[in-house]
Amino acid sequence: MSTVRFLVNGSPAEVEAPGMRRLLDVLREDLGLTGTKEGCGEGECGACSVLLDGQVVDACLVPICQVEGRIVRTVEGLALAARQRGELDTLQEAFLEHGAAQCGICTPGMLMAARAYLDAGGGADGPAIREAIAGNLCRCTGYTKIVDAIAAVAEPHAG
Amino acid sequence: MPAEPPIDTPRTLFEAYELLAAGPTRPIAGATDVMVQITGELGPIPERLLDLSRIGELKGIDLTGDGLLVGAATTYTDMRRSALCREHLPALVAAAATIGAAQIQNRGTLGGNIANASPAGDTLPVLLAADAVILVGGQRGEREVSAGEFFTGYRQTALAPDELILQVRFPLPVGRQMRFRKVGTRRAQAISKVVLALAWRDLGPRGWADVRVALGSVAPTPIRASGSESVLEGARPTPQVADRAAETLAGELSPIDDVRSTADYRRAVAARVLHRLLRDAGGW
Repeated sequence: MSTVRFLVNGSPAEVEAPGMRRLLDVLREDLGLTGTKEGCGEGECGACSVLLDGQVVDACLVPICQVEGRIVRTVEGLALAARQRGELDTLQEAFLEHGAAQCGICTPGMLMAARAYLDAGGGADGPAIREAIAGNLCRCTGYTKIVDAIAAVAEPHAG
Repeated sequence: MPAEPPIDTPRTLFEAYELLAAGPTRPIAGATDVMVQITGELGPIPERLLDLSRIGELKGIDLTGDGLLVGAATTYTDMRRSALCREHLPALVAAAATIGAAQIQNRGTLGGNIANASPAGDTLPVLLAADAVILVGGQRGEREVSAGEFFTGYRQTALAPDELILQVRFPLPVGRQMRFRKVGTRRAQAISKVVLALAWRDLGPRGWADVRVALGSVAPTPIRASGSESVLEGARPTPQVADRAAETLAGELSPIDDVRSTADYRRAVAARVLHRLLRDAGGW
């Protein structure tokens, strides 16, 4: 066991955990942040996608020792400022508006992969959006509505 | 929940060498392979691990008179974004772009692809086609191993248990061209059925020189196809030459049937991929 300190959704977190515990288990079990879902547990489906220092990663593939001193953002922290106003993130609003979520298990990961793409300056270009979410499987929507939702958020500031 | 074996996190290469020398331990960087192994579903779980992610010396991309130097802990995303890689070794960038998707590319490293030594490792044919040299080190010192001598058997390498992969050096001979193509079930998140890198130097009327045809997923290790290389050496990429090179390649490969593909499919596709790359090069 060792003590690991990091920031999660803007707040300091400190956990006692074996260094090889998966970030996914620390988030869900140790910190109670169950917004992040476990799908395949082997880096295929992207359901557990979170941002690590702003980059999208599968939380099932990150040992917690590698998170020491770093910044994690989960779906719970997608829109801290908006939530304080009782609102959703623009991306979440767009998902609702376009019907981009059905059963919902892929949605938190899909939102985080999309957020990483938009934060890196990604535009409304369909193929680029599809590449950005290629690591996130959805078995309900057929992806079109998800791509439309992400494009709708990208549009105002895309080239 | 998966197993949680003990892991050491050295801050320097010196500490890492000491830990490696002290006993069996499995180095990890991006951890994308080992985090799947700790479920125990794929075989034995590593007993102890060595986290290389805090060692700065293993990161970075540099251009010197000896070629392009890529640190072992350089991620696929780092390579894709690197102006040096894009300018001097676009085939490596192309290979990095086919691996997993953003989540894997942000974590997985070149050194990990090499150490894992999967026959389907997507950067490995690029290393073979580029005559890359792998710098390894440990308490006993550093040494260079050519990519051609590194992969000794199915998931076996020339790396000793007390050594780490430090860096890969890609020589940049004047006028060398390289192409890369991967065939998988889908464009992202696919493990290759066939992966091929083709390199050459065009000497004009004297034809092609230093031709390299390197493949993954068609043998127990990444390999070079010496028969097709001989067909292309000194030749030009004409339709007749492409036909002969593709036929020779199909004849010299001995792939296997497995969960991802069949031997027949791999042989046929490898030949067609080579043919297509030669057609593109010949402009016909």
